Amino acid sequence: MSAELRERVATLLAEHDPAATDRLDFLRARYDAGLAWVWFPEGLGGLGLARADQGIVDALLAEAGAPSNHPERNGIGLGMAAPTILRFGTEEQKQRFLRPLWTGEEIWCQLFSEPGAGSDLAGLATRAVPDGDGWMVNGQKVWTSGAHNARLAILVARTDPDAPKHRGLTYFLCDMTDPGVDVRPLRQITGEAEFNEVFLNDVRIPDSQRLGDVGQGWLVAAATLDNERVAIGGAAAPRESGMIAKVAQTWREQPERRTAGLHERLVEAWVDAEVARVTGIRLRQKLAQGQPGPEGSAMKLVFAGLAQRLSGMELELLAEDGLRYSDWTMVRPDRVDFTGRDAGYRYLRAKGNSIEGGTSEILRNVIAERVLGLPGEHRVDKDVPWKEIPR
Amino acid sequence: MSTTMDPDLLPTQDDEDLRAAVRAVLAAHGDPTAVIACYDGDRSVVAPLWRALAVDLGLAGLLVAEEHGGHGAGAREAAVVLTELGAAVAPVPFLTSSVLATTVLGSPAATPAAADLLAALAAGEQVAAVVLPWSTGPDSMSVLTEQGGEVRSVAGAVEADVLLVPVGSGDGSGVDVRAVPVDAARVVAVPSLDMTRPLADVTVDAAALAAAPVVVGGAAETLADALSLASALMASEQAGLTRWCVTTTVGYLKERRQFGRVLGGFQALKHRLADLYVEAEQASAAATWAAATASGDADPDEVRLAAAVAASYCGRVAVHAAEETVQLHAGIAMTWEHPAHLALKRAKSDQIALGTAEHHHRIVADLVDLPGPIAG
Ligand SMILES: Cc1cc2nc3c(=O)[nH]c(=O)nc-3n(C[C@H](O)[C@H](O)[C@H](O)COP(=O)(O)OP(=O)(O)OC[C@H]3O[C@@H](n4cnc5c(N)ncnc54)[C@H](O)[C@@H]3O)c2cc1C
Repeated sequence: MSAELRERVATLLAEHDPAATDRLDFLRARYDAGLAWVWFPEGLGGLGLARADQGIVDALLAEAGAPSNHPERNGIGLGMAAPTILRFGTEEQKQRFLRPLWTGEEIWCQLFSEPGAGSDLAGLATRAVPDGDGWMVNGQKVWTSGAHNARLAILVARTDPDAPKHRGLTYFLCDMTDPGVDVRPLRQITGEAEFNEVFLNDVRIPDSQRLGDVGQGWLVAAATLDNERVAIGGAAAPRESGMIAKVAQTWREQPERRTAGLHERLVEAWVDAEVARVTGIRLRQKLAQGQPGPEGSAMKLVFAGLAQRLSGMELELLAEDGLRYSDWTMVRPDRVDFTGRDAGYRYLRAKGNSIEGGTSEILRNVIAERVLGLPGEHRVDKDVPWKEIPR
Repeated sequence: MSTTMDPDLLPTQDDEDLRAAVRAVLAAHGDPTAVIACYDGDRSVVAPLWRALAVDLGLAGLLVAEEHGGHGAGAREAAVVLTELGAAVAPVPFLTSSVLATTVLGSPAATPAAADLLAALAAGEQVAAVVLPWSTGPDSMSVLTEQGGEVRSVAGAVEADVLLVPVGSGDGSGVDVRAVPVDAARVVAVPSLDMTRPLADVTVDAAALAAAPVVVGGAAETLADALSLASALMASEQAGLTRWCVTTTVGYLKERRQFGRVLGGFQALKHRLADLYVEAEQASAAATWAAATASGDADPDEVRLAAAVAASYCGRVAVHAAEETVQLHAGIAMTWEHPAHLALKRAKSDQIALGTAEHHHRIVADLVDLPGPIAG
């Protein structure tokens, strides 16, 4: 298999010399050659192979100086929208959306959370009502990362307020350039505005951009969330990458700052990071083809805890420099970078890791109930029509 | 991207068959009540259990090369066995004799005198123990001199027929391992925190040492590597024990009712169980990684690193799981009858055995270039 794959890469490179080909043309050709995400089906940027085979392709293309699709700018598209569209989309939807998503021509954001619906996502209030051959959407979303860069959004809205909350939802693919979409920055504890609030005023969505059946939105959203947790905590990475790399680098470069107490904590954290990495490798081997299940929640839980522990430790290590901060100026970044900028930024940004994509408390509930089979939480609102729930 | 080079961490069909065979033996011969009796000096559970594992299943020779009558299997298979032995807190000398002693004797530095002994160990006819305090880690050895003396807290000696005694030569140039028959030494069993792996104080005098054949010469590296492998494989024992703790505690809290409801429905407890599950998964992955790395042709430093990582992590997690098992069962777990204390005592002992976390962290720090503070 790997010989065949190498040959495909060689053919792509021969027909589209990276040095002489326009960036987008190359990315589109790569997609059409099935080398974008090899575990996707043929015709949709893949070859129906195992996820692990992607490594060969990426390495060969990087070596040849091929352009990147900048996955860091489209994390929600690649990590969440794409697998959900692949699983629930119609043939037309897959053809229309996946290619520009992968090439980065269309950036995606996630319109799930609302002021009144965070952990209790199924309680959301944004309404979608039938309107001619499509839908009319009204409501307010919040904490929408990257909405200011996004061309499209995955959106969950209420289509049946008379049904119990989980059963009255429908999932849509929303055009962010619709005149009814109003994106306003929300400044974060880091000083910048990575996320936004998004007001939806009479936004029109054609029925062809409904993903899954009417009323099936919760099921579709749950698949997105499972993928989100894997995307946040479970990505393949070499040893000592991410937050541990930052702290280890500081440790090596600034020997005068080392103390015995921090040394013990650092090495223990290094061990924990390596164990998390190895656990991720095993999880991916298990999932080689299948869909991520609730086990991904464990990876995200561990990832968040480690990121917070390490980034806090780095500030202590930096001592008087740990008291400083790079820049509080309000900006609207074009990417999400957990390990970017300086130590102070990393410390503050990491606080979001145990909140975004399901809080650590919610993830523990997920593991306890869906993996260990323990009884669910008391849910007074579960079988009540949504419109009768007090709020 | 290193993903294609990563060892396969999923069990093979052979692994599953081996696991099932070990489980069947433990179910037939490893009744927890009989294991608890070890704490009262009744070790009648040990002999039939050990015979079934060592001889009937042939596990005593698992790691011994075929030329010496063993199976020539690798650390991966031993890890499968130890996972199950750990889950049952089985009172057998598999780790001390079939892993540590056979690894020492299987060294390239072994003398011809080692061959017969290795064959006897592989056949399950004899049991051997390495005479070092059980707390000895891969880089913290202190050994007897040719004058002999006492070594405290030796694991596996109570069960042993032959003692493998590391002896430093008088001029400090190196360490030899001598095979001393138990009759030629004094082995005094001591009450141990973990009576399922009972300790003994071993005294060997100069004459006994002089009379004993050298089985491994220039053995410092052999011993360090063997202790490293044993700590890597003990991680599987700890992962198995952790799995037992989580499964048992989850099962109990699904049944136990208070306040008119099942206790496992209380979120404070659910969250602790979720954390334990995550730790158990990670421990099992880390232990499997260490065993797989030791089985392959990985660079020796990579093998040592994986061992130290697994040993440090699994030691900590097993203790946490056992302590939570006691707390979350409450009163019943404080009783002599309930097996929770078997797990707790084994976990706490294992955490100190073959090097503490601090010890393993020193190894990690050294291998990954995270040096400590500058002296002064
Ligand atoms: C940096 C960042 C980026 C984000 N990006 C996006 C995005 O792009 N799109 C999007 O839709 N959303 C996004 N979110 C929103 C995120 O998904 C929510 O913040 C999250 O689901 C929690 O909701 P909440 O903030 O309303 O907290 P609440 O649900 O109000 O929770 C408050 C506290 O109560 C706890 N809690 C709630 N329910 C339970 C329970 N049943 N048991 C125990 N404890 C409970 C929570 O864990 C938390 O500690 C982002 C959030 C952050 C921080």
